[in-house]
Amino acid sequence: MTVDRPRAFVSRQSLPRLAPYVRLRFDPVRHAWAVLSPERVFWPDAIGLDILQRCDGKTPFSVMVMSLALEYDADGGEIDRDVGAFLQQWADRLLVRL
Amino acid sequence: MTEVPLPPIAMLAELTHRCPLQCPYCSNPLDLLKADREMATECWLDLFQQAADMGVLQVHLSGGEPMLRRDLEQFVSALAHAGVYTNLITSGVGLAGARLEALAGAGLDHVQVSFQGANAETTARIGRHSGAHANKLAAARQARELGLALTINAPIHRHNIAQVPDYIELALSLGAQRLEIANIQYAGWALLNRRHLLPDRASIEHQAATVEEARARLVGVLEIDFVLADHFATYPKPCMGGWGRDAFVIAPDGAVLPCHAAATIPSLRFERFGSRPLADIWRDSPAFEAFRGTNWMLEPCRSCERREFDWGGCRCQALALAGDAAATDPACVRSPLHAAIATLVEEALSTSEGTGGDLIAPYAFRRIASA
Ligand SMILES: C[S@@+](CC[C@H](N)C(=O)[O-])C[C@H]1O[C@@H](n2cnc3c(N)ncnc32)[C@H](O)[C@@H]1O
Ligand code: SF4
Ligand code: SF4
Repeated sequence: MTVDRPRAFVSRQSLPRLAPYVRLRFDPVRHAWAVLSPERVFWPDAIGLDILQRCDGKTPFSVMVMSLALEYDADGGEIDRDVGAFLQQWADRLLVRL
Repeated sequence: MTEVPLPPIAMLAELTHRCPLQCPYCSNPLDLLKADREMATECWLDLFQQAADMGVLQVHLSGGEPMLRRDLEQFVSALAHAGVYTNLITSGVGLAGARLEALAGAGLDHVQVSFQGANAETTARIGRHSGAHANKLAAARQARELGLALTINAPIHRHNIAQVPDYIELALSLGAQRLEIANIQYAGWALLNRRHLLPDRASIEHQAATVEEARARLVGVLEIDFVLADHFATYPKPCMGGWGRDAFVIAPDGAVLPCHAAATIPSLRFERFGSRPLADIWRDSPAFEAFRGTNWMLEPCRSCERREFDWGGCRCQALALAGDAAATDPACVRSPLHAAIATLVEEALSTSEGTGGDLIAPYAFRRIASA
């Protein structure tokens, strides 16, 4: 069986974006941001939300890491690892495209 | 329970019981409602708005066959405007073409197409509909072209359990994101036909190995949801994520149910949408209060450390097998009646017919007013 859509891996050039059928919205009833996807609702924490909001298909992973490092006043290498792992996990669930 | 329940996240709307197929495992109730009992368009629209206002984030549009409602596009559009995520749960018959395009235009997010078999011959035999397989393939392909999320649902029982590898290939060839290998729940027509549907233990074990291997191989390509059959499990599933906790069901006539099979518990009375605001029904309707939380539990659930994980399993199965809807679900190894489940499997296997072949079994095909 040929798979026409192989597993994607995070790289510095990746342009992460939410899959077209995934929606990020604020829920006024629970006062929280929710990720709506097939059959599932996720409640990202503050950092997760900051990452997902940057998944616009235009911001390369490397730029995303720099801006997050600034915002969190954190070490770039650490952010690189954490954000990379986060995006890989979301890509593996087919919620984020790389 | 005195605590105010949290708002529900999801709603399953069974828009109709009508359906062009006749699956003998259908989870719909035996006394299927006719078209004249279905809620009118305006009532559904009012219901959807109230659900969104209460905090429902996901609506599953199902049935019967939801495509038989001519107002489906209106429902999707209203839900999308309210920010609700819409899942269409369909046999795929009557979907491909202009209607799917209109639904996508109305804001539909996700299509789940069920396949009675992984090939046309099996689909026709189990669903009793000769053209269904081609319809499903066309609908699934079009859903992907339109950018919708696609799930392939495989309802598994004795007569298609050998096709699990073919289902995986099918889902891959259609470019689906998700595949549900869902061993059927023995409710509704499936309970009536249980003896003819339960698979044997060897097939179940083989299936588990196949799914495990495929899951590892297909990380990031296809998500495989695997629902094990209760009859072969150690612990029960958290039915509906807990009674009256996350989700509820609306029957075609507007009855507000804690789960789709709740009507099999004769002691419960259900309120109909329209009698009171939906939020009030959710909050304190006696049918929801009956098994909400853990206070209603008996031993062994009452003092079990898993009680807030699986919520004691399925109330309908507890009633059916233990004679008491408040009992521990006999699917649980800690139920004193757990051994009875194994007996059911043995009994089912001693009934004559084999797997596949040309069986048109003595089973009862789902039909309105044929039960
Ligand atoms: C009752 S059907 C209604 C929607 C549509 N007619 C269909 O079959 O897709 C809803 C979903 O439940 C699945 N299903 C039906 N009977 C079931 C059972 N006894 N246990 C588990 N899933 C079942 C179907 O395959 C389908 O995905
Ligand atoms: S499971 Fe089969 S019979 Fe039941 S509603 Fe779906 S297609 Fe119809
Ligand atoms: S005893 Fe009850 S709560 Fe404990 S695992 Fe079994 S069903 Fe779940």
